[in-house]
Formats: sequence, C-alpha cells, structure tokens
Amino acid sequence: MAATEKKLPVTGAGPFNGVLTWVDQRFPLMSMWRDHISEYYAPKNFNFWYYFGSLAMFVLVLQIVTGIFLTMHYKPDAAQAFASVEYIMRDVPWGWLIRYMHSTGASMFFIVIYLHMFRGLLYGSYRQPRELVWIFGMIIYLLLMAEAFFGYLLPWGQMSFWGAQVIVNLFDALPLIGPDLALWIRGDYVVSDATLNRFFAFHVIAIPLVLVALVGAHILALHEVGSSNPDGIEIKANLGTDGHPVDGIPFHPYYTLKDTFGVMVFLAIFAIVMFFMPEMGGYFLEYNNFIPADPLKTPSHIAPVWYFTPYYSILRAATSEFMYVLAFAVLAYAILIWRSKSFSGGSRFIGVVACLGVIAAFFLIDAKVWGVVFMGLAVMIFFLMPWLDQSSVKSIRYKGTLFRTALTLFVVIFLVLGYYGTQPVTDLGTRISQVGTMLYFAFFMLMPWYSRMDKARPVPARLT
Amino acid sequence: MADKDLDKGKRRFLLTATIATGAAAGAAAAVPFVASMLPSERAKAAGAPVEVDISGLEPGQKMIVEWRGKPVWVVRRTPEMLKMVATDKDRVADPASARSAQPEYAKNEVRSLKPEYLVVVGICTHLGCSPVDRLAATPEPFASDWHGGFYCPCHGSLFDLAGRVYKNKPAPDNLAVPPYKFVGDTKLIIGEDTQGA
Repeated sequence: MAATEKKLPVTGAGPFNGVLTWVDQRFPLMSMWRDHISEYYAPKNFNFWYYFGSLAMFVLVLQIVTGIFLTMHYKPDAAQAFASVEYIMRDVPWGWLIRYMHSTGASMFFIVIYLHMFRGLLYGSYRQPRELVWIFGMIIYLLLMAEAFFGYLLPWGQMSFWGAQVIVNLFDALPLIGPDLALWIRGDYVVSDATLNRFFAFHVIAIPLVLVALVGAHILALHEVGSSNPDGIEIKANLGTDGHPVDGIPFHPYYTLKDTFGVMVFLAIFAIVMFFMPEMGGYFLEYNNFIPADPLKTPSHIAPVWYFTPYYSILRAATSEFMYVLAFAVLAYAILIWRSKSFSGGSRFIGVVACLGVIAAFFLIDAKVWGVVFMGLAVMIFFLMPWLDQSSVKSIRYKGTLFRTALTLFVVIFLVLGYYGTQPVTDLGTRISQVGTMLYFAFFMLMPWYSRMDKARPVPARLT
Repeated sequence: MADKDLDKGKRRFLLTATIATGAAAGAAAAVPFVASMLPSERAKAAGAPVEVDISGLEPGQKMIVEWRGKPVWVVRRTPEMLKMVATDKDRVADPASARSAQPEYAKNEVRSLKPEYLVVVGICTHLGCSPVDRLAATPEPFASDWHGGFYCPCHGSLFDLAGRVYKNKPAPDNLAVPPYKFVGDTKLIIGEDTQGA
C-alpha cells in the first residue's frame, strides 16, 4: 500500500499519533503490530504448557544480552581462556552475576525447550497444517544443541576439553570422510587453541545469527496457520460475524499479560537457582570444569551436561553384541511392514528391502559408528513426528489408551536414559540403556501402527 | 516488444547460463573460507619427535609424554604383567593386531619393540578419551577377574597391558602405537624410528 493511501491518523487519539502516522507511512509498523500482536487471534484455552514458547524467547534474549557482556572480558585463547573466566568471576564488577546468568540460562533454556517440545507431543502441535512450525522448531533445537556444545568448550576446563574431544571424534567415526572432517572441524590434530578460537566464532556470532532468524521463521509460520490448542481443533473453522474466530482472543492484551506472569514466575525460579545453586550439584556446571584443561589426562568420570545425557546413553548402548539384538528387532519390523496390508505393496516392498539393508549394514560397519548414527537418529527422528502420528485426533485429551501409554513410557525412558547418561559405565547401566534405546526408537517406529489402532474419543466442536 | 517476438529459447539459455556461472562463482568463493579452517602451517609443523629419558622408570610404572599434543604412555612391564598379557588372547577383540594401527615392529602379541616397554598413544580408539590406569590384576567393578590394563572412563572400553581392546566394548581397535626407537638403554625417541618414519 502506498504511503499516501493510508488513512490518517493510523491510530486512535494519543500524543504520539503524529509520529506513528509518519512512521507508518514509511514502514508497515501498525500492520505488523496488528497481524502479530493486537489482532493475532489465539485460542482462548491456552493452559500451563503454553508458557514455554514465550519463555524460550525470553531466555534467548537473556542469553544474547549476558553473552555480549561476557565477550567484553573473555579471551578465546587456550593459554588465557580459563583464567579469563575466573577473572570474570572474581575481578570484573558483577561479572559473577553475568556469568552465572549465562551458565544457568543455558540449562534453563533446555528445560524450557524440552517442556515446549513436550507440549507439542501432548497436543499434537506438529500435525497438519503445522508441520513446518514443527520442523523450524526442530532445527532451532538442533542449533541450540550446537550452540551449547560450542559454548561449553569456552571456559577451557577439563570437561570442556574432553567433551569437545569426544563430540568431535563422533565425526571421526563416520566412514570415509570422518577423519578429514574431524581434522577440519578441529583445525588441528588435537583439540587446541585453533579449535577454541573457531568454536568462539560459532558460539558468539554464526549460530546465534541463524538461531534468531529461525525463531522469526518459526513464529511467522505459526502465525500463518494459527496456534493450535489443548483440544487440538481448528478455531479458524468457526468464525464469528466480525471475521475472527469465535474461540479466539487477541494475543494482546490477553496472552501478553499471561506470558508476563509466566516470565515473573520463571525469573523467581531462575534467581533461586542462580543465587543459591548455580552449579546445581554438578549438573549445570560440572565440578571437573573448575580444573583447567589437561590434554594428557581425562577426568576419571566424564559425562556431558544433563541436557545431552539421554542421547549420550544411546551412544554408549551400541556394543557389538547389541547389534545382534537390534538385527532381530529390525527383522521383526520388516515382518510387521510386510504383514501390514493397509500400506501399498510398493511401499511395503521398499520398507522390507530397507530393513534388510540396515541389518546387513549392522554387521558390515563397526558398532562404534552405529553408536554415533543412533545418537544422531535419536534427535533427527523427531522431525518425522507429523507423518508418524496417524491418529485421527491431535490432542492427548481425545487420544486413546495406546497413545497415552506410549507417550508416558517415552517420557520415562527419556528420563531414565538421561539419568544413566550421567553415570559411569556399569553392566547394569549398559543393559538398561540398551533396553531404553530399543523402546525409544520403538515409540517412533511403531507409531504409524499404534496411533491407527488407538481408539480416539469424539472431539468437541468448540473449545472446552 | 510484442510477446510473439520473444525468443523464449534464448531467454532460457541466458537464464541457465547466468545461474550456472553464478553457482560456479559462489562455489569457488567458498573454497578459501572452507580451506581456512584446515590445520594451519604452524599446526602442521608442530609434529616434531620427542626424546624421553626412561632411566627413572621402575618396573610396573607408567609415564606420560606429550607428543603432537597427545599423551603417549610408556609402561615398563614386569614379567608378571607380560604373563597376564599372554593369557588375554581370548578376551581381546584383535589379539594379533591385524586391524589396529602400529608400526610393523610392534605388530606382535606384546605390541612393542622390547617386550618390557609398552609405548602406546593413550587415546581411546572409540571417541578419543584418555583411558585411566588399572594396572594391577585385582577385581574391578567393571571386570571381576581383571588382568590389569586400562579403563576408559567415557564409554567403558577396556584395554589389556598390551593396549589391546577387550571384546564387545565400544572401541573398535587396539590403542595405536606411535613410531619410536631406543637410543641406548635409557633413552626413547617417540615420533621417529629406524625405518625413518
């Protein structure tokens, strides 16, 4: 719309009307405000679980702001990094507060993101037409993991060093390109100053830049299709005489106010953690990371920070005898696909051939490589949720016992795997991780079957 | 110009040619950036051999030397330790070191030039942690009839006193043996051998 076509004034009466009108004739200020805030109609029944989207954005801003101030004092140099973090903690005015905000913020970010993702699983937020919202969100989650990993090297403590060593060596395990790829990532034959310096670059600019852009895409995609809700029904299907959804309320002031309350409660919890337990018993900041990096000595017990531990358990579960068990499981899966007459013959054939190929590959490629592959798949498989869930309803409220049981079991497994990922290797722990790994993948791989068999309850026409 | 005069084939050709040229230029421009992340000349040059004095190493002891930024272990094995190594054949995944990395002169059961001295890179072949010493043959939480060796705290791989990996553990290969040579009885050079590696 050309500037001259806009009616004057653009807002109601007010002291800034003139300025706003002047801006709005040159920039789509008022239409953006209306589209995304004041006239974005969201379902009226958002509950507790819907706090975590806005909280995630809040924590992102918190991490960026505290991060900027930390870079003013931090030195990305293997000889100075550890000391510069201690300098921030002891000598920089309020440096300890900013550092603890950033380190506590990292863990809180993952708590918020995991709860936000769980909300998606509960209410089927990934279902058509919100597949892209889910996919953008999953990419954000992946980038967040990369961001956390790069950031964890920066204090150059023992866990920083050996954590980076293990993760970079994950790439080394890949066939053919692995060793060269790991060399390229490290920029040296071992994790060294070159590695620290580039991880700093990734952590402070490359990843955050993409992250912020993707958060924008996530929200734009969401606002294009409209928010889902705990009932999993489309409010846009029922418009009032004013053209707005009957069951929708404007985001502002209703949800801006609700989310502000959420931020206040979050900040209270955040402050308790930050002031009284910033290390959280070794879970948020690991004790070994208060020892400077020593390339000659691995700490006697190393574990990643808590938010990576479920995947770490899956990595450790892959031993050569476990591959036989998995081969049987994949064989059983192939039989299941073959017997599922409701799928087309072509797709059944492809599925069975793929299964047999996977079984062959289990024995042709080292168990070490498979550990890495399973760890990667465990994260990536979430991308398929919109297509794996074949249930006739979206929300857990109307799903049947099968899906409810599966999701409950999945949450338990995720936590159990997470726990064993923090523990040293024991025979029992390995067995439990192996069972957990099987069940973890079964949750996703069997979903097309149990979500169809599940007896869904009738969905109401209006929000409840 | 009227629509019927348009040479659509020419337009399509020009469009394809422009896109192809632009893509090639873009790919070429990416090369320096990707290459800048490879090890620098300084990093490549920092791989000189190191000289180690082993005169103070008592039987049954281990010392750690830094070579190319990695820990290299020198273990002076006692006759009892070597006896244990001889009984490990059925426990380890690659007893003859057929698929593991070592110079030809260390491709034997004890994986060393002189049986008394084990020289290995102390980096687990799984994901690069440095295993910890469990040199004594005493029961351990991870193996009740432990023969002595090394335990990787990261993912639980076990190695015997010849650096050979136990069966059914995440690490696929035995610990790597670097090129090395003895100069007299008390000096060891790591990173260089008589074959001129």
